[in-house]
Formats: sequence, structure tokens, C-alpha cells
Amino acid sequence: MIKIENVSMSFGDKKVLDNINLEIKDGETLAIIGGSGSGKSTLLRLMIGLDHPTGGKIWLRDKDIAHMPEKELDELRLHMGMVFQYSALFDSMTVGDNVAFGLREHTDYSEEKIAEIVKEKLEVVGLPGTEDMMPGELSGGMKKRVSLARAIAFGPDIIFYDEPSSGLDPIMTDKIDELIISTQKRLGVTSVVVTHDMDSAIHIADRIAMIYEGKLIAVDTVDNFRRIEDPRVRAFLRGLYIGKEA
Amino acid sequence: MFVRFLEIIGASVLELLYFIGDVMLLFIGALKQMPVKIRVRHVIHQMSHLGVDTLPIVSLTMMFTGMVMTLQVANEFIKMGAESTVGGIIAIAIGRELGPVLVGVVAAGRVGSAMTAEISTMKVTEQIDALRVMGTNPLGYLVVPRMLACMIMVPLLTVYGDVIGVVGGWGVAKYYAGISSYVYVNSIPEYAVLNDLTGGLVKAVVFGVVIAVLGCYYGMKAPEGAEGVGKATTKSVVSAIVVIFMLNVLLSMVLY
Repeated sequence: MIKIENVSMSFGDKKVLDNINLEIKDGETLAIIGGSGSGKSTLLRLMIGLDHPTGGKIWLRDKDIAHMPEKELDELRLHMGMVFQYSALFDSMTVGDNVAFGLREHTDYSEEKIAEIVKEKLEVVGLPGTEDMMPGELSGGMKKRVSLARAIAFGPDIIFYDEPSSGLDPIMTDKIDELIISTQKRLGVTSVVVTHDMDSAIHIADRIAMIYEGKLIAVDTVDNFRRIEDPRVRAFLRGLYIGKEA
Repeated sequence: MFVRFLEIIGASVLELLYFIGDVMLLFIGALKQMPVKIRVRHVIHQMSHLGVDTLPIVSLTMMFTGMVMTLQVANEFIKMGAESTVGGIIAIAIGRELGPVLVGVVAAGRVGSAMTAEISTMKVTEQIDALRVMGTNPLGYLVVPRMLACMIMVPLLTVYGDVIGVVGGWGVAKYYAGISSYVYVNSIPEYAVLNDLTGGLVKAVVFGVVIAVLGCYYGMKAPEGAEGVGKATTKSVVSAIVVIFMLNVLLSMVLY
């Protein structure tokens, strides 16, 4: 379980997150939605320890990671995977080396075993036989899928997705959504998906949380979330500029 | 007006202290990562990069420097009847100062800038975050192999550059100044001692660390965007060259 307690985050004088409280249960898929600059990606970075909050605690595997030393965080991160907004594939390595990265860094597996795992993970994301391709040769959707293959290669308990559908066409967005759902079902992982795409959030999530101007204004199951009367939520659900309804 | 002047001076001093502190933290962080894991394959990859990228320009720089040094020295020394010392003087000057400094400057321009550009691009495209997310320390993965490669390759290139410089000097001494090869070559062991070479190599190791640490530091601190990458690269090269010249004075005082 991930438990976020009274978390705040400021960059200089600018408060990006304001007293966030949120619990993410084991095995669930939580979508965190919000407009651009609302603070949702910052929250994701805090959950994986890439940044440290200015206030509050973040409990992960019963450990507060908010101010944990990097060395301890590294050990904890072996149980997590992340799919970055722009994939963040290592562009000097082949697809196969990207997927194999964590295995080579943190295990004593033989190259044969690693090649086997890489092959299997690439098949899971629907990209068999792409081991020798370079990231520069891939489309945006393919990069996202390789990024997912890399994230699941080490067998994580939690997968974080940062804007998985950004920059993709609707068909590819649907493919990625299906992949998130099938990965969750196949591996039983906890998934945290940060997105501004309401359709995707409804499609993939068990619960949806909405952040508005750094504050968590709603969190509920998908069905209940759709019935929330808060004008800021309604505006986001209908894709309207907030000023029109609020 | 005077207060404003003092404020500017104070701000600059503070900025410099922050910079030195930040660079030292990165250096110490990298040193701490060395016993954790050394990625030999990466070190060799970086060494080959450094060697291949820098060898031609080191050859040209050192050959022409040896030649022009001899050009200036030989005529004056012949007038004083001291042509038998030319080879030794050239070897000492190149071994102690010109070899390590010029190789350091060339490596900073050729390799330090490439390190900054590569690492800053990795930062902008979230690849450094990806390393951290996968439990890999970026200092251990990116800085340590580059630092070790520079610590090994800059001295090796310096030895090579020293030889090329002395050979360039020999060419001018023989064919321009008319000093015989026997006199030129014999004067080298007569005046130069092993310490002239080893002292230069100690300098080269230090310069190698400076190039790698500053190259990586500016890469990791680069602001977002293409302009940020460009500015970081320029700052990295300029800083490395200035630090090399400053440290050269200090090291010359200590070593000789």
C-alpha cells in the first residue's frame, strides 16, 4: 500500500502540492487526473522518490520514503517500475539492452537468461523481435511499449505511468490502455497512472483522484467519480475550460 | 554606489563558493561510488572514445608546439653557443608544462564538451531519472567511468604528446637550425630527468579528473532545452580550461 500523508511541495515560493492525503491499495489501478501544471506529475515523482516533499510523509512498504537516503531508496525502487512521459529510453542502447538494463545492473543472471526475459517482456508488450532496434527507429507508441517492457522486466510490485497516452493517436492510446490493463491483470501489480486523458482514466482505473491547483479535490471509484457534482470535476469530465462552469 | 558594488562582489563570491561546493559534492559522491561497482566495460568504452577523439588533435597540437618552441629557442641558443642544450630544454618544457597542459586543454575541448552535451541531453530527456528509478546511481553509472577513463587516458595521451612534441622539435632543430640529431637526442637525457616526465603525468591525472568532473557537473546541472545544453557545454569547456591553468601553477610549485 502507498500512503500519502499531508504531503506538500513547493518550488521556491510556488506551492505545487498542498496537504495531499491519499491511499493506494495493493493491486488497484489509480488514475491521478488534473490539468497541465496541476501538480499530478510532481506527486508521481514524490511517490517514486525522484523529488522529496517539503512537508508530509509518503509510506511505501511501511517505510517513509519522503526523506529516505538515496541508497535505501535504490533498494526500494527495485520493486517499482516507471513508464515516463517521453519514454526515457537510453538512446545509446538497443531496445534489448534497454529492457535488460535493470537485470544486468542488479542480478547475476547469465546473458542467456537475460535474453530470454527480454524476449518474453517484448512479446508481452507486442513488440517481438525488436531487440536489435535502436530507440531512434521506433515510433512514439513503440517507445512507450518498450518503456513498459523495461519497467516490468524486473518484476515490480508497483508500476507508475506518467502521461502514458500523451503524444499518441487515439488507436495507439487505446492499445497502451489495454496494455496497462493486461499488465495489471497478468502481474497483479499496483498501478498509478498520471494522465490528463479522462477517457483513458475511466477505461483503465479502479479509482480516480483529481488534483486541482495543487489540492486533491476528489478521489473515488470510477462510477462514483462520474457522479461527483463539484463543478471543477464536472468541467474536467466534459472537457470544458474550468472558467465556463465554475 | 559603493554598497551596490560590494553587493555584486559578495554575490559573485557566494556563487563561486556554491559552485565549488557543488562540484566537490559531485566529486566526493563519485569517489564514494567507486568501491560500490566499477563498470569496466563502460570505462573501456569511454577510454576508446577519448583516445580516438583526441589522438589526431593531440598529435597536431604537440607537434606544432614542439616545432615552434624549437624555432624560438634554437636560434637564440646557437647565438650563445648552447645548441647542445636545445633537446634537453625542449624535453623539460614539454614534459613538465606544455605536454600535460595542452593535452588537458585539447581533451577539455574535445571530450569534456561531449560529456556535457551527452549528459545534459540525458537529463533533459529524463534518462537520468530513468537510471535513478531503476535503482542505479547516476554518479556511479555516468561519472565514475568517465572519471576513470580520463584519469587513465589523459596521462597516456600526455606521454604520446610529449614524444610527438620532442620529435617535432627535432625536425626543426635538424632541418631548420642545423643542429645534428646526435646533439639534439643526447642533450635530452643529459638535462631532463625522470621527474620531469612523472611530474607531468601527475598533472595529467589531476587534469583528467577536472575534465571529467566538470564535464559531468555541467551536464547534470544543465537547464532545460537546446539552449541550456549549448550554454552548459560552453561553460564546461571554459571552466575546465581555466581550472587546468590555475591548478597547473599550484602543481608546478608542489612538484618541482
